Amino acid sequence: MPTVSFMNVSKSFDGVSALDRVTFDVDDGEYLCVLGPTGSGKTTLLRLIAGLLKPSTGTISFDDEPVNEMISQNRNAAYVPQQYALFPHLTVLENVAFGPLARGRPESEALSMAMKSLELVRLAGRPTAFPKELSGGMQQRVALARGLASGARLLLLDEPLGALDARLRLDLRHKLRQIVKETGLTAIHVTHDRDEAMSVADRIMILRRGRIQDYGNPKRVYDRPAGIFVANLIGGAAFLEGVVEATGGDSSTVRLREGVIVKTPSHLLTTNEPVIIGVRKERTRLADYNAENIIEGDVRETRFLGNSREYVVRLDNGDTMYSRQFQEGKNERFRIGDKVTVGFDRSDVLIFAYPPQGLGRELEIV
Amino acid sequence: MYSIAIAFFLVIIVIPAIAGILVQLLTLPSLALSAPVLSRMSDAVSWSFIIGLIVSSLDILAGIPLAWLIVRKRGRWTTLLDSLADIPFVIPTVALGFSILEFWSSSSGISSIIGVGSLISPGSLLIMLLHFAFSYPVIVRVMVGEFLNYRETYEVAARTLGASAFTAVRTVTFPILRPGILAAFLLALARSLSETGATIVVAGAFENGTVFIKNARDAGITTAVVIASLVMIVLSLVIFALIKVISPRLKLGPMRVWPGFEKKLSTHSAENSRDFFSILVFVIFVLLPCLFIAFPAIEAVGGGTATEAIAGSGPWKAFWSSMLLSYGIAILATLVNIVSGLPVAVLIARNQLNSKVTKIVDALVDLPIIVPSLALGVSLNFFWGNMGALPEFWVIVLAHTTITYSYFVRAMSASIQGIPPELEESARTLGAMPLRIFRKITLPLTKYSLLSGAVLVFTRSVDETGATSAVAKTLKTAPVLLVDWIKGTVNVTAPERALGVGILVLTSFFALVILRLITLRGTKKG
Repeated sequence: MPTVSFMNVSKSFDGVSALDRVTFDVDDGEYLCVLGPTGSGKTTLLRLIAGLLKPSTGTISFDDEPVNEMISQNRNAAYVPQQYALFPHLTVLENVAFGPLARGRPESEALSMAMKSLELVRLAGRPTAFPKELSGGMQQRVALARGLASGARLLLLDEPLGALDARLRLDLRHKLRQIVKETGLTAIHVTHDRDEAMSVADRIMILRRGRIQDYGNPKRVYDRPAGIFVANLIGGAAFLEGVVEATGGDSSTVRLREGVIVKTPSHLLTTNEPVIIGVRKERTRLADYNAENIIEGDVRETRFLGNSREYVVRLDNGDTMYSRQFQEGKNERFRIGDKVTVGFDRSDVLIFAYPPQGLGRELEIV
Repeated sequence: MYSIAIAFFLVIIVIPAIAGILVQLLTLPSLALSAPVLSRMSDAVSWSFIIGLIVSSLDILAGIPLAWLIVRKRGRWTTLLDSLADIPFVIPTVALGFSILEFWSSSSGISSIIGVGSLISPGSLLIMLLHFAFSYPVIVRVMVGEFLNYRETYEVAARTLGASAFTAVRTVTFPILRPGILAAFLLALARSLSETGATIVVAGAFENGTVFIKNARDAGITTAVVIASLVMIVLSLVIFALIKVISPRLKLGPMRVWPGFEKKLSTHSAENSRDFFSILVFVIFVLLPCLFIAFPAIEAVGGGTATEAIAGSGPWKAFWSSMLLSYGIAILATLVNIVSGLPVAVLIARNQLNSKVTKIVDALVDLPIIVPSLALGVSLNFFWGNMGALPEFWVIVLAHTTITYSYFVRAMSASIQGIPPELEESARTLGAMPLRIFRKITLPLTKYSLLSGAVLVFTRSVDETGATSAVAKTLKTAPVLLVDWIKGTVNVTAPERALGVGILVLTSFFALVILRLITLRGTKKG
């Protein structure tokens, strides 16, 4: 079972950096999700592990053995591209048996391994079908079975659910994790879907412009994101500029525009330090007068989301906050123009040092 | 408009190609051939197909590695290689025949290096070398396009599943590209079966199908000409249909892999050796024999022959007339092709009429490529000859229009198919009429293909020999005249012969330059 290590790995194409001094470890049997916007270096990272690219600098190791010079077919790392790359001229069974046959296993043994993998993904009933005869979800499962049958211990999934419709994605992502865990594989799953990453990963890596922005278990990354970019990518939040008013004990206060005071957790802050506070939309409540922080404003927009409703509130000091209300009774519904209060607790406030290049740049999803 | 285009296609292209020979067959007083002539004919026709199949297979084996090298090792030198691979494609085949004859057979060619009188005498082997050289660029051109369009992710997936580079290409890439490889093979086979002018030059006493038809025609054995042409046409159609129908249905059987052996073939040194041998085969069997013609032509320029040529004295008067005739015919054939071929290209690409009509037209468009050009010429000659009043010049123009028709229609229909139909649909919903949509949307987006298709038709027309010699009675186009010069039917000196061929090569080379410039402009704009 491989552990994968990156030590100061960089990769550039014609002088343009795609990955920049990346260092991390993936444990044996771990399910890692790599999350980041388009162009952040996710696929490059995956292709480096697969041996389809060579690092410009740095060392990639499997089980502490450097593999920079190892060709892809010797790495035991099955790469499942976004469109699955099922061989159109081969049947389902032939596709799945490809790996063992390519490694020189006798035909009968290869076919038996393929059938076992197909049973695992519940497609043993379609061995003679051609890929074009299968639905998107089935094709995804065949690709997975093909990786499993190849004897690979490391599964590299490049946006594996990206080509499926929303409902199928929800169903399959849990199935994917279940199969990986049942077979004891190590999986590295690249996605730009935050919910997908949060729900299947043991750990999440956030990439931006070829650099790791955060790396940890989903709860930690959600509760204590390493920066404004990560907080914004992981969950919608309002980010407000302020200055530390006072610090002490386990609490601090931050002064927003127009002198609005917000209680925040203590965060090794110094008085008069410019900061950004973030409050997630699902952590705010409208018209809750028991909250530790209460700010007045008026409703500017409402968005019906099925199981919840989202409100955009323009605060009296000119800032904007968002609130997602899940339990909405008839009497609790607000209309555009209504005066409301936005309430949230001190512990729900994320606090960050003011970014040197300004808030706007940190909020860019690139 | 489509009805007129289809009527033109059927009346001018399809019917004369087949009907002429059928009518002639029915009006022959007797179908009997003497035993020696019959034996000669069956041998010659068999050889055509044997040579065609061997050469096309060898072309595939040699051309695919070079196409692979050009696409996978993109760089300045592979771009140069890409351009060089086109050279035999634009040299008129009769000049190519002469060049190859000089290179392999004459005492001044490769024989002088080895120290033998004539390394390869005119005959079947030299025909194979010739056909290999001129079919080679067809394979490279088609396969470069196939490799460029191929999704490499299949190969990547195969390699991460444990397949060596060689195994991945053999078991995944090639089977996926099988239709393209088959198309390339069929085009090479068609070129080999069709070619006449250059084959006559290198054949010596040997006869393949087209040489037999030419010789029988010269000897006035009309029955043999008709029967041999018909047999060539029917056999070609049957073989092409069989390959097209059976090949996609062939199941290759279970995948076999020899991991150890194929791993060795995937090493860098094995890959470099393969690249080296691909280039070596290309240089020795294609490039050098094709360019060999240039050397005596250069000597001829230095020796004063050029002055005579410019003055138009002696045999040069006929030469310049034939050049003028060749280019005049080529311009007219190109114009007729553009006007008549465009609607048919749109019809095929957009399935404008009911699908049955489109399918029939689509299948028939390939007819002029499949049918051997001399046999086609014989049929056209009978057809148009029986029409009586049509002047010889126009019969040649119509013959060239028929022979080049497929090239233009295929290039244009492929290009139109590449335009998303949504663009035309959007224009339609915005109130534009069909003609306006074609002028403002379709045509500007396919301008590059229209120009390159036209240049292809033009160069193919200038280079055409077989059909021209079949339909022409007194007029001689440049390649037909040069066949006479090379065969010694006309009294010319060696430098004159070399310069004549050189001039034809040079003009074709300009056509290639134009094609490249258009390609470059098209690429920059795209």
